[in-house]
Amino acid sequence: MRAIAKFLYGRRGFYLALLLLPPLLWLGTVYLGSLLALLMQSFYAIDEFTARIVPKLTLATYRQLVSHPANVDIILRTLGMAAAVTVMAAVVAFPIANYMARHASPRMKAVFYVGVMLPMWTSYLVKVYAWRLVLAKQGILFWFVDQLGLTPALDAALTTPVIGGPSLASSYLGMFIVFVYMWLPFMILPLTAALERVPQSLLQASADLGARPGQTFRNVVLPLALPGLAAGSVFTFSLTLGDYIIPSVVGAPGYFIGMMVYQQQGTVGNLPLAAAFSVVPIILIAIYLSLAKRLGAFDAL
Amino acid sequence: MRSRGGRDWNAASFGQKLAAFAGLAFLHIPVWVIVLYAFTTEDRTYQFPPPGLTLRWFAVAFAREDIWAALRLSLSVASVATAMAILLGTLAAFALAHSRFRGREAITLLFVLPIALPGIITGIALLSAFKLGGIQPGFWTIVTGHATFCIVIVHNNVIARLRRLPQSWVEASMDLGADGVQTFRYVILPQIATALLAGGMLAFALSFDEIIVTLFTAGHEQTLPIWFFNELFRPRERPITNVVAVSVVLITMVPILLAYRLTRPREFESK
Repeated sequence: MRAIAKFLYGRRGFYLALLLLPPLLWLGTVYLGSLLALLMQSFYAIDEFTARIVPKLTLATYRQLVSHPANVDIILRTLGMAAAVTVMAAVVAFPIANYMARHASPRMKAVFYVGVMLPMWTSYLVKVYAWRLVLAKQGILFWFVDQLGLTPALDAALTTPVIGGPSLASSYLGMFIVFVYMWLPFMILPLTAALERVPQSLLQASADLGARPGQTFRNVVLPLALPGLAAGSVFTFSLTLGDYIIPSVVGAPGYFIGMMVYQQQGTVGNLPLAAAFSVVPIILIAIYLSLAKRLGAFDAL
Repeated sequence: MRSRGGRDWNAASFGQKLAAFAGLAFLHIPVWVIVLYAFTTEDRTYQFPPPGLTLRWFAVAFAREDIWAALRLSLSVASVATAMAILLGTLAAFALAHSRFRGREAITLLFVLPIALPGIITGIALLSAFKLGGIQPGFWTIVTGHATFCIVIVHNNVIARLRRLPQSWVEASMDLGADGVQTFRYVILPQIATALLAGGMLAFALSFDEIIVTLFTAGHEQTLPIWFFNELFRPRERPITNVVAVSVVLITMVPILLAYRLTRPREFESK
């Protein structure tokens, strides 16, 4: 053992390669290999008569993906939801992150930190399920709204076209609430980190130069917080694009990309179409990442 | 210059404070809901407030063999996946912490990709590979999927700690005549032990709770999250679902809180 260690200490390159080889082999073959397999499957197509996968490279599946208006609708719907969730998560996260980063006492900050971490790590499925209890027809939210005498307002929201539905648990509005809830901690944490790095002196300088608080916020704080917002938005955007549990548990009638992937490979048995559908979020996320990189998202991680 | 107590941007206004605390409360709604509903006497609807409270459902759930089977599978998958992740993730962290070489950026990217891309991509990609390779889904396909993202968690935890460990300590140890094994045993290991433990616990919790990848790789096997997911669409035994929900929350909270205590930022320790 000692002899081996001595031998390796003198040969740093060899030592590094030896360390790196097992994990690299795993991620390289299992993960990258699977991604390649996914790409390959998406260039296969299904034989319409036998319903079997024909292992010959073709663009037929991608043609099917973009030529069906229903498929394009699914992509646009998912994209719209991801964008809306990202914006709302930023709006809700900002006061929390700002309080944590700049106002809270060390003790309070620890309380907030644990307070954000615990729900974030609480079982994902249990949280989705809990929201179904909250949003259900005779559920908790309904009861509170009724106690406050706001039932007409809720009814009005539910009869609004597109976002409405028979109840909150089966409407896009309800789904939107659950998505925002689920990814909120992923926005709060990088945003807090970015706000912590805003130098106090800049704010004092801004105030000294006669800026009103609103102006300081717009012209000093917001630009400096942008990397944090961008980093958080990568999570909210990417997680919404890929999720299929929330849309199927807190369901509105329309399909989402993730549900399509899950259903096509499962009940329908069209693995090529499922693969082609899952390439869509990869492309969208790649585009989003390159945009976020320009805003400095990776400096804030 | 404006005073700190004045209306400058630094002072938290009442509105800001309210928004922050309301946001924190919002984050905790589901946790309390789950706790409350595990005790409700109502077994058909989601009625609120519950008509009465009972402990009955815990006994009923306790006697269910299918839940225990799912729990056992989840625990063994999480144990194996965590063990693999600790080994592979630590090796990778040691290799990447202080080294510079060509292609390092690409390898670093590879080590974040499994959690940067949505889980559904990992799931469908693994399934595609299993289908192409003619591999039957089962215990080991589940472990394969879990180990892949657990490696990333352990790697991130350990590499963060290694970067904070001054290189001079290692050099000092070697200068004082310790060999590589001794340096690792007496200098490096004590420093990274808590990070390793925390990474392992987070990986375990993540694996125990994973559903998005697992639904693609499990075949007919039922982990606890898959059992739970199926229950959501078969709501005839809702009280049992509620009991399992609160139990899962309590079980996963232990490793999370321990991991937090082991790695918490120093700045919070104000005494």
